[in-house]
Amino acid sequence: MILSLYIINKAGGLVYQRDFNESLNRLSSNDYLILAGTFHSIHAITTRISPVGNSEGIELLEADGFKLHCFQTVTGIKFLLITDPAHPNTDAALRRIYRLYSDFVMKNPFYTPDMPIRAELFDQSLQRTIPSL
Amino acid sequence: MARQYKALGEDIWKNRVETINAELFIFTYGSLVVQLVKDYEDYDQVNTQLEKMGYSIGVRLIEDFLARSGWGRCTDFKETMEVISKIGFKMFLNITPTITNWSSDNRTCSLILDENPLNDFVELPADAQSKLWYSNVFCGVLRGALEMVQMQIEATFVSDVLRGDDASEIRLQFVRFLQEEMPNADE
Repeated sequence: MILSLYIINKAGGLVYQRDFNESLNRLSSNDYLILAGTFHSIHAITTRISPVGNSEGIELLEADGFKLHCFQTVTGIKFLLITDPAHPNTDAALRRIYRLYSDFVMKNPFYTPDMPIRAELFDQSLQRTIPSL
Repeated sequence: MARQYKALGEDIWKNRVETINAELFIFTYGSLVVQLVKDYEDYDQVNTQLEKMGYSIGVRLIEDFLARSGWGRCTDFKETMEVISKIGFKMFLNITPTITNWSSDNRTCSLILDENPLNDFVELPADAQSKLWYSNVFCGVLRGALEMVQMQIEATFVSDVLRGDDASEIRLQFVRFLQEEMPNADE
C-alpha cells in the first residue's frame, strides 16, 4: 500500500506532500519542510561518501513499519514514496508518478518550476492512479 | 548503440505519445512568429524572443522526455546529441536530424534538420531573408532542456533552407557541466 508521496525540488525544498490514507499520523507543515531539507542533505552526503564513482545516492530507507523509496530524476527532482514494507514494484510506481508530474505539473503553463505544486488536476490524477500501483 | 536509440525513438513515437494535427501546430507557430514580427518590427529581437520561448519550453519538455523515455544520464556530449536526435526529435516531431561536423575535441557539432515541419508552407519575405531565423525556437529548446540536465550549451542557427541555403543547420557548442546543487557546507 502506498502511504505518502513527497516531491523535493533540486534545491531541497519540499514542493508537494500528500498522504493517501486517512488514518496516517500527520506532522506540522513546518516539520515536513525540515524533513525534506534534511533528506536532501543526507542524499547529497550519500553520493559523496560513495566509494565507487557516480553513485546516485540513497534509494531506499527501511524502517520498522514502512519503507521510503527515493527516485531522483536526471533533472534533480526527488520523488519520495512511503509504502508499507511489503509493497511490490515501487520502481514502476515512481516512474508512473513521474509521468503524471511531467503531464499535470510541468505542462501547466502557469506553473513556475521549482515552486510548490498546487494543481487540482495533478491531485486528481494521483488519486485515480495511486490505488492501482 | 545508434540502432538502440533509433529503436527506442520509434517505439516511443508509435506507442507512447499522443499526436496532434500537424497543420494546427504549424499554423500556431507561424502566427506566433508573425505576431512577434509585427510587435517588435525588428528581426533580431524576434530571434531573441523565439529563443527565449524555446528555453521556457525546453525546461519543461525535458521532464516529459525523461518520464516517457525512461532514459538515464548520458555519458558524454556525443551520446547526448545522438539521444536528442534519435529519441528527442523523433518523439516530439517525428524527425531525426543528422548530427555531424564534430570538432576534434568533441565539444562542437552541427545538427542538420533534413526535414523541418515548422517550415511547411513558409516563404520568408525578402527583408527577412538575411535576418530572421524562423525556427529559432529550437535553439532555445535545446539550451533549456540541456540546462536542466546540468549541461550548458550554446545553440545558434548558421543556415536555413528558408533563406535559400542548402541545408538548415544549428551549430551546438558544449560549454560546461553545471555543478550539481549541493547543500551549503557550513555544518
